[in-house]
Amino acid sequence: MKRLVVFMALVLVLAAVSPAVVSQADSGYSYNYDFWGEEIHAPNPYAVKKALTHVELGLDKKLSKAQGLFVKDNLIYICDTGNNRIIVLEYADEEYKVKEIIESFEGAEINTFSSPSDIFVTDEYYFIADTENNRILKLTKDLKFVMDFTKPDDINFDQSITFLPSKLIVDGAERVFCLVKRVNKGIVKYENDGKFNGFVGATPVTYDLFDYIWKTWIASDAQADAMSDFVPTEYDNIAVDHDGFMYVVTTNFYEGSLIDGSVDPVRKLNSLGNDILIQNGDWVVVGDINWNDQGVYTGSSRIIDVTALDDGTYFALDRTRGRIFGYDDQGNILCCFGGNGNKDGYFRMPTAIEHMGHDLLVLDSQDAQLTIFTPTYYGKKIFSAIYEYQQGRYDKSADEWREVLMVNGNNELAYKGIGRALLRQNKYEEAMDYFKIKYDDDNYGDAFQLYRKQWVEDHVVLIFIIILLVLVVPLLIGRIKKVRWEVKAYENESKKNS
Amino acid sequence: MKTKARRIVDFFTNRAAYDRFFKSLRYALYVILHPFDGFWDLTHEKRGSLAAANFILILSLLTCVFRLEFTTFQFIKVNLERANFLVEMLGILLPFIIFVVTNWALTTLFDGKGTLKDVWIASAYAMTPYPLIVIPNTILSNFLAEEEDTFNYFFHDFSLVWSALLFISAIMMVHAYSIGKTMICIIFTFVGMAVVIFLLLLFFSLISDAGAYFYSLYKEVIFRIY
Repeated sequence: MKRLVVFMALVLVLAAVSPAVVSQADSGYSYNYDFWGEEIHAPNPYAVKKALTHVELGLDKKLSKAQGLFVKDNLIYICDTGNNRIIVLEYADEEYKVKEIIESFEGAEINTFSSPSDIFVTDEYYFIADTENNRILKLTKDLKFVMDFTKPDDINFDQSITFLPSKLIVDGAERVFCLVKRVNKGIVKYENDGKFNGFVGATPVTYDLFDYIWKTWIASDAQADAMSDFVPTEYDNIAVDHDGFMYVVTTNFYEGSLIDGSVDPVRKLNSLGNDILIQNGDWVVVGDINWNDQGVYTGSSRIIDVTALDDGTYFALDRTRGRIFGYDDQGNILCCFGGNGNKDGYFRMPTAIEHMGHDLLVLDSQDAQLTIFTPTYYGKKIFSAIYEYQQGRYDKSADEWREVLMVNGNNELAYKGIGRALLRQNKYEEAMDYFKIKYDDDNYGDAFQLYRKQWVEDHVVLIFIIILLVLVVPLLIGRIKKVRWEVKAYENESKKNS
Repeated sequence: MKTKARRIVDFFTNRAAYDRFFKSLRYALYVILHPFDGFWDLTHEKRGSLAAANFILILSLLTCVFRLEFTTFQFIKVNLERANFLVEMLGILLPFIIFVVTNWALTTLFDGKGTLKDVWIASAYAMTPYPLIVIPNTILSNFLAEEEDTFNYFFHDFSLVWSALLFISAIMMVHAYSIGKTMICIIFTFVGMAVVIFLLLLFFSLISDAGAYFYSLYKEVIFRIY
């Protein structure tokens, strides 16, 4: 009877405890890719903090086809494209409140917007891609028209197309870099006085020899026209990191070339327009490695926006499955989370991603809502481990990685991070163990070379003795055999003689 | 009249048989260094044996697995959860069998002197460098760092090239061909292998289709009855 009571009490305690455990694990499906490209379940690095629609914000009407998102300090700018307005939210005291709604401005003939699809905010000015009005606006903060950037009157720019600027960024000298629809020569660059200054960073044109021969000599003219042209692809979005490097993404590529790395959906451009994205991870920066086609969600990830955090990590937003992929500055995959659906933290047609500190903001045009993610304990530990490493405090970084391992024993970077710290402390053998678990051959090779050197130095006497034995013993044996043979020969000789 | 047990004991303790086996096995070392002379004597002077040939073949298959398993992960990464070592071994054994059979089938038409047994023995002897080099190479790899992988790859490829040259001289000597005829013979052997593989695939797919037909017939009948 007493046992039964104890058992019942235990059950009750468990029942009281377990809901908390369940609710913590419930809020999404996060995973990571291991060395073999298989998905490994992982804890959630991010949790939904808020999901804001027009109801929560107290707006008169729903967001419509919202395309653009921008964050500066504690202000969030949403381009409410379908309603031709820009909504400014202020984040203060853990609350997101509407600060301002920009619908018109002063000083220009057309003083309203038509499908504004992106905004960039500097300390003094707003830069707005006013798509259907065929212009990029530069406004002061009190909404006075300064100037506009229109269709370049230049021989390099195809005059037959309508000028539809879609996405833009502005650099420190207030030069505008803009993506224009149906322009595939790269990013359109304007000087700060509004002068067109050429194109930057077109994608390299790739085609194989077979395609070339087929198209030039074998296919008929009609067939050749139907085949895809050997031209650069159009970019879909552009972002800028705190160092001023541009991140551009494209969703126009051949899926089959993704995994071998011959197309780059995400590119980081320097001022010359060259791709300098570091891809040292086990896998290329392409989003999902396994596509696991299910229902309507088929094919590769199509990354439509990137946001680069101050510590060099960046998060890519996938249109196909509504997922968010985190990468560190070396191109190692940090986490994958999110998905398509109607729950908080899931999307239907995500269009833009931005960050505020370590929080992530995702704009969903079809759900007409802004979702705000904030790092969980697990995510915070990863960030602080990366931060400590960048600050040069390697041991502290390793301690943070150990805490990450407590939460997720499969975290690749944690093993590598701890291994690197052990290597610095000259604990080669332990470091080798950590590297070996995650197939990090480069670091393992370094650790192994040091370990081998140390081992030889420690055992130099033993090695000499062994070499000596190997050389001397056969000599001795040969000598003894020879002496014996000579003795025998002598004996035989003397026997014969006697 | 000997009992069965006695015969088995005799079989395993037959000193002369062991001597023959080891002698023919040791002859492989001569063959790989003196291929023309060696392969001629191997079959024409009966210096080799089927037992030794099979021993070399099985050793080669095991070497393949040994290499995958025990080379340091820096050079060869094997997903042990997914790897099937029987499949890895079949990947060598099946081409070997098809090669030998096709080659024999072709050379009987083009007045080759070798029998199927001769081709089998000579081909197996030609594989000797593979275990001979790859086993020490695998052990040695565990003392190398990632930057020194060239050594590992070099010795592995070296053993393969050596084996390939031995294969050519084996075919040449066994069938008493000239070098030009050997080359043509080998090219045709590869074409023949492709044909054999095609026929095998066709055969298996037809068999499985036929099986599926009778199975669906059986299911139809069962559904009608119940």
